[in-house]
Amino acid sequence: MSREYEEERLGTLLRILRPAPQGWVEAAQELPGARRALDEIVARAESDLVFRSALAADLEAALAQAGVEPDRRALEELRQRLDLRDGRTSA
Amino acid sequence: MLRSDEPVAVSRLSTLTDAELVERCRGGEADAWNELVERFSRYVYAIIARGFRLGAEDAEDVFQEVFARIYTHLDKLRDESALRPWIAQLTRRLCLDAVERRGREQPTGEVQEEGRDEVEEIDEAFAVREAVTTLPEACQEILDRFFARDQSYRTISSELDLPAGTVASRIARCLRKLRDELEGRSEPAGGSRE
Repeated sequence: MSREYEEERLGTLLRILRPAPQGWVEAAQELPGARRALDEIVARAESDLVFRSALAADLEAALAQAGVEPDRRALEELRQRLDLRDGRTSA
Repeated sequence: MLRSDEPVAVSRLSTLTDAELVERCRGGEADAWNELVERFSRYVYAIIARGFRLGAEDAEDVFQEVFARIYTHLDKLRDESALRPWIAQLTRRLCLDAVERRGREQPTGEVQEEGRDEVEEIDEAFAVREAVTTLPEACQEILDRFFARDQSYRTISSELDLPAGTVASRIARCLRKLRDELEGRSEPAGGSRE
């Protein structure tokens, strides 16, 4: 079944799919790399108690030192995965 | 890497079907993931911004969470060709969560209905955009600049090095081509590259 389109309607539809902000798209595209970096940090924290203590003491600084951009989402995910909320440090 | 503020996107979309794209993403191909984000970023953004009118902070959170969940749960998608409906459902659910978190005055039921209607139109827009990718590259670019990026005739004329008087006629010609393409194909809102 074909469908008839007025050109005005086509214009309306073409206006709907606007580009998402560039930074959002780039962050989403970088997700696999960021995820790998977080996985490595979690693995290291589980085997290196000194590193884990550093994370618990100052997560942002420890992340930056490990070369990971300490954005809010990364911080939240790490706190959750490492159970670092409320000062807890156990795995 | 794609720069989403550059007027290119439509002509650079891969010819892979959604199912093929999912398969390659599962195989860990970075380019495939970039393509998936590129292919659906406008769609997800439209649902968030147009369908649910989330504020900037919530909108960005939902946008990133949608792609994080896609990345995490892609292995669980049983029908690879159903990628777009799955993404739409995921986006709507996360938008509703954001609305509820904000405790807006509008009852959730009304938001759900509003979002659903908008998603139907966004699905239609997605089908039209896919049809655009079948047009000559010059048409893809000028339509994207004029309609999706709100560029003026003057800007388009300057950036594409076209005589000012040519821009409007080229847009009209490209719209006719697009209409012909859509009217010559079967129901356009069916699905994306399935």
